[in-house]
Amino acid sequence: MSRNLYTNMEWLPPAPADFAAQCKALLQTSDTLGKRVQHLAGHMLDENNLTRLAKVIRKARDGGQSLAPLMPFRLGIVSNATSHFLLPALEATAARHGIALECIEADFDQVMQEALSPESMINRAQPDAVLVAVDYRGLPLTACPGDEQGAQHAVASALAHLDAVRNGLRGNGKALCIMQTLARPVESLFGGYDAVAPGTLRGLVDAVNRGLAESIVGSEDLLLDVAHLAETVGLAEWHDHTLWNMAKLPFASAFLPFYADHVCRLIAALRGKSRRCLILDLDNTVWGGVIGDDGLEGIVIGQGDATGEAHLAVQQAALSLRGRGVVLAVSSKNTDEIARGPFRKHPEMLLREEHIAVFQANWNDKATNITAIAKELSLGLDAMVFLDDNPVERQLVREMLPQVAVPELPADPALYARTLLAAGYFESIAFSAEDAQRAGFYQDNARRVALQAQAGDMEAYLASLDMVMTVQPFDETGRTRITQLINKSNQYNLTTRRYTEAEVADVETDPDCFGLQIRLADTFGDNGMISVVICRRELDSWNIDTWLMSCRVLGRKVEEAVLGVLCDEAHRRGISQLIGTYLPTERNALVEDHYARLGFLPVDAREDGSTVWQLPIDNAIRKPLPIKLRSIALEAAAEGVAHAA
Amino acid sequence: MENKAIYERLTEIFHDVFDDDSIVVTPELKAADIDEWDSLTHIRLVVSIERSYKLKFSAAEVGRLKNVGEFVDLIQMKAAA
Repeated sequence: MSRNLYTNMEWLPPAPADFAAQCKALLQTSDTLGKRVQHLAGHMLDENNLTRLAKVIRKARDGGQSLAPLMPFRLGIVSNATSHFLLPALEATAARHGIALECIEADFDQVMQEALSPESMINRAQPDAVLVAVDYRGLPLTACPGDEQGAQHAVASALAHLDAVRNGLRGNGKALCIMQTLARPVESLFGGYDAVAPGTLRGLVDAVNRGLAESIVGSEDLLLDVAHLAETVGLAEWHDHTLWNMAKLPFASAFLPFYADHVCRLIAALRGKSRRCLILDLDNTVWGGVIGDDGLEGIVIGQGDATGEAHLAVQQAALSLRGRGVVLAVSSKNTDEIARGPFRKHPEMLLREEHIAVFQANWNDKATNITAIAKELSLGLDAMVFLDDNPVERQLVREMLPQVAVPELPADPALYARTLLAAGYFESIAFSAEDAQRAGFYQDNARRVALQAQAGDMEAYLASLDMVMTVQPFDETGRTRITQLINKSNQYNLTTRRYTEAEVADVETDPDCFGLQIRLADTFGDNGMISVVICRRELDSWNIDTWLMSCRVLGRKVEEAVLGVLCDEAHRRGISQLIGTYLPTERNALVEDHYARLGFLPVDAREDGSTVWQLPIDNAIRKPLPIKLRSIALEAAAEGVAHAA
Repeated sequence: MENKAIYERLTEIFHDVFDDDSIVVTPELKAADIDEWDSLTHIRLVVSIERSYKLKFSAAEVGRLKNVGEFVDLIQMKAAA
């Protein structure tokens, strides 16, 4: 349900199972406390977990511990409702946005008194800003159905009331105000006619909201659009009369994390902490499919196809953001020329090369590429947002570069754009002509930049994936998928030989053939079949007829593990060496050095660019790998071959 | 619904809400027994239980409760309804 996207803030990764223990551990070492608090705050947290984290933040502050690099901010809160339950949620959520928030809370329902008296608690505290958390029940806003003059009068006096509060707080405490639009009550008087008749509560609330928005322009004050929050999650859920009657909670507490995030986005924006650059993955993010395998005609993008329209919406969102000053960049595991193809030639693409400031398409890990992009744009990593459909890439970037915001994405690409925008990374409190042109200042020319050193401990990350590789000979169950991979893979494919399902079936029974199907599972789930190898026996050699792999598992040492299996199986069958061939195509430059990297020796290089390689089994270097091996039916297959021989 | 299962789930919820794993949830447990059990934490507790059991309580139902045992009775009654 899409409401959960907002209520739970599902763009955030789920809280670790030992969140409570991690909170407790925070205070035991004061070193990098601020950073660790921010890291924990970056998860999906309910009210109880926010309260838990806020407790740690308060203890740290009371104990004089530094929360740097979190930026201190003091927020006053006045409300006609119970505001006490907002405090822990706000304080913990602020850490997510790089702010060390301290709240000063006025007594219940003392809004005007606090504003007007120079000696009030809020005014004496001189906070950086005051949240004026007033809802429709806190304003002189009595419905007068049918009375046009009365309606105008009611709206004017409500706005005057709010103005008096703002002027008081500014004059006495020098604080800027965060004003809230009003969430409209759901109960109607006439029905649909409420929208027509003057003086209905609905009409009054709408007019106050409009007037309030207009009054923000030219002032220092900020607008928290609570009406929009409530409508997004549903007014009927937002207004909880039981909680209001019981404890004067202004809205259902299930929405507290969502509300708090919006308050903190504003504060972060005020302190210049909004993000400024969107880095896009390409395959299955900007378009459907894999350009390297599916080609320009095969990728799905554009009107008339549900998946194509979903990805088009991602492009539209990126372009709109660019129009308001967000810089766009690309990080994709691809050959540069191939990745640029759709930007140059595909008629349905909205994004073009001129929209992209930095275009990094190569086979390096994404953390390294994102670091290079940040450096080229002279932006901090904390200004970056990285959008990628692949959970392994997302987690890698989160671990290596915790400053980069990486939204979780749902399975359905139709929700990618919505999720990205729901996260509010680019919250803005003003919009100028300069903003509209800012993206262009970065001289968008899709430039490619040199890479920095690898950005972190890749070995540790790979180990944390708990990869399990399952290897087994070709069989009937795998046949269809094997055939599909053989006929579809273009990039990580050494020979690009295509076979029919019947030919694949022949491999199963031919005693001189060895076909290996490889599956990979990791902490994120099962990737299914991701690699296929076919060897053909020639005397005491195995000629590697086919070796292909899905690029989804690139950079995870799968090919090294597969080589280990090949060597073991060859040994079992009395084979003494492997012969590998690379046949170049327009798509497979990625594997030009495949055999060299695996320790094969060059034997032959032909004029057409193809190369032949050799590896005596005994020379194979066996390194420990972060992949657990599960082998099925290989032993039996080897025995069968021995019998046949 | 099994009484025992309800107490087990309530124990988890109490530990989560009060951030204290040492709380032993018994039928006699009441607000005065736990320092942090003030009116706002009470709301957090009620809302957490509502969410966990996908139930809604009225103000009157919640207001009548004297201890956890009565809360368990209420949960059983509402879940059966």
